[in-house]
Amino acid sequence: MSDTRNLTLVQAVRDGLHTELREDDDVVVMGQDVGRNGGVFRATEGLYDEFGGDRVVDTPLAESAIVGCAVGMAAMGMRPVPEIQFSGFMYPGYDQIVSHMARFRARSRGRFTLPMTLRAPYGGGIRAPEHHSESKEAFYAHEAGLKVVIPSTPYDTKGLLAASIRDPDPVIFLEPKLIYRAFREEVPEEPYTVPIGEAATRREGDDVAVFTYGAMTRPTLEAAETLAEDGIDCEVLDLRTISPLDREAIVDAFEHTGRAAVVHEAPKTAGLAAEITAILQEEALLYQEAPIERITGFDVPYPLYALEDYYLPSAKRIEEGIREAAEFEP
Amino acid sequence: MSVFDRAYDDPVRVLDEDGTVVGDVPDLDEAELVGIYRDMRLARHFDERAVSLQRQGRMGTYPPLSGQEGAQVGSATALGETDWIVPSYREHGAAFVRGLPPEKTLLYWMGHGDGARAPDDVNVFPIAVPIASQVPHAVGGAWASKLRGDGDVFVCYFGDGATSEGDFHEACNFAGVFDTPTVFFCNNNQWAISVPRERQTRSATLAQKAEAYGFAGVQVDGMDPLAVYQVTEAAVEKARDPPDGRLRPTLIEAIQYRFGAHTTADDPTVYRDDDEVETWRRKDPIPRLERYLRDEGILDDDRIETIESEVERRVADAIEAAESAPRPEPRALFEHAYDGLPPELETQYAAVETLREKRGDAAFLGE
Repeated sequence: MSDTRNLTLVQAVRDGLHTELREDDDVVVMGQDVGRNGGVFRATEGLYDEFGGDRVVDTPLAESAIVGCAVGMAAMGMRPVPEIQFSGFMYPGYDQIVSHMARFRARSRGRFTLPMTLRAPYGGGIRAPEHHSESKEAFYAHEAGLKVVIPSTPYDTKGLLAASIRDPDPVIFLEPKLIYRAFREEVPEEPYTVPIGEAATRREGDDVAVFTYGAMTRPTLEAAETLAEDGIDCEVLDLRTISPLDREAIVDAFEHTGRAAVVHEAPKTAGLAAEITAILQEEALLYQEAPIERITGFDVPYPLYALEDYYLPSAKRIEEGIREAAEFEP
Repeated sequence: MSVFDRAYDDPVRVLDEDGTVVGDVPDLDEAELVGIYRDMRLARHFDERAVSLQRQGRMGTYPPLSGQEGAQVGSATALGETDWIVPSYREHGAAFVRGLPPEKTLLYWMGHGDGARAPDDVNVFPIAVPIASQVPHAVGGAWASKLRGDGDVFVCYFGDGATSEGDFHEACNFAGVFDTPTVFFCNNNQWAISVPRERQTRSATLAQKAEAYGFAGVQVDGMDPLAVYQVTEAAVEKARDPPDGRLRPTLIEAIQYRFGAHTTADDPTVYRDDDEVETWRRKDPIPRLERYLRDEGILDDDRIETIESEVERRVADAIEAAESAPRPEPRALFEHAYDGLPPELETQYAAVETLREKRGDAAFLGE
């Protein structure tokens, strides 16, 4: 048993980057304010001092070049870890992501692969200014050639980040900033990985399967505990990777409950909940006992913060949604 | 000789740090000069109060502008009545000059969507938060003005960091190609959060980037409001009515400094020295103009005191108005996404109201 430290999620990001920078000289961290400043959320604190400005690089303010240069570096076999300061500022780099990062392997028929990990804080709930709170993970899940990872605990964060950086294919690594400092967990000092593509069962139950990820995991578990007092027993699956989805775990959870809800803060239409619902239709239709509930953000631009609590699924809203699924009678 | 016929690294200056005249004083009457002084005091006082509100938990993250009043007020004062400004998130000092009520800016940073809604008679585009994303809009707006023969000029504000973005370069290129009446006003405040100006580009100046697009570029002391006025006025006039052989667009690099943090979420002591801040504080645009106006006999203690109380009252009134605004109703979430609520949004809104009826607002607010 190796030594552990009690870390927050953002400290686990920093610890994961530190470990990979130490273990592999090809790892380079690059982005705006990641160097001397240590990152606007302190996710890269101290890395510049320890590894120097060639490996922890303050770039000019240009998302397209940050992503595009990482593509070029990765094509040459390096393992760049570019950061976009907020996922809401990803879009100038979006062309590079979808036109190149996602398909360099396919377009070169396997000659080039891109072992790069694009990190960005995402999601709402921190009273942030405009464009700082969106959840657009579905954009990336929709793009073939990318893997999309979203941790919800400090332990998983370090392990999934290591797995992403070491992966031969490009990964979008979205960090739920609402829970960057929400709680601590023992995190091993030694390097380890958590496999990409595997969901984690956070709570076992036989009545309703609830699928979620990122910052929504905690209010979902809170809702599940409240419902348990009323005799509704939820199984809560933290997906951890939204592309590729852990279809087996999703279907298993549904087969022994027959009822399901999906919780995400992203808008409802064409979100991950729609994909999960379709998987259940394809693979477990005859187990279904009730309509699958989608408990999500609304199909509107993310509001300025005075209304964000009405936009984001709260524990009570999640509880009511799950209750619908649990109590439905044909 | 045109103000644009100079070396890129030779900034236009009118007043030195002590308020002594070192260039051509623009043709402004007393009321206009006092107006520039008053508007800078308004922006400064607003800024100090806004930072304080954020610190007290009465407002969200806020981007301070102290140090940049000379560039904002000097430039916005040089515009014609029907011209437009296209701002980033730090230009509320310029927006106030154009008639934006200060309570709108407070509401915006307090998280109210209505704060982003300028009155119809205020020619200000919505604040653009993503860096440089507004620059093409200023070209498009100006292009529309040209196509329709409106004669309006569009002044776009952005920072030094924005000049690294593709949007900036694409917009400048279009402005040159289509010869649009656009003034690109770069508030070079030396720092893009923690990244210094020298790290953004190897160009010796930002002004010289205009050359690649075929139009004029000029540096100005951005903490000298009269120099900023002079350069902007010339750029606006050229945009509206270009002399033979000159293109309408201009890139102005206004050299200045933000005294405070990038936003209230930022700690600049991590990346810059106190000595540097002190050096730039000596260039503060407000005492500089005040000294000049006192020397000219335009301002005295009494008039300054009157301006101070007027400014304090305006800001206090704005804070009261903003803080007394009720929390927006949840329906506001769904309004304005489209022209009217489509059926699916009516359904989603109805679900909000159903839950409110059943469990109250606490179901959303966690109260």
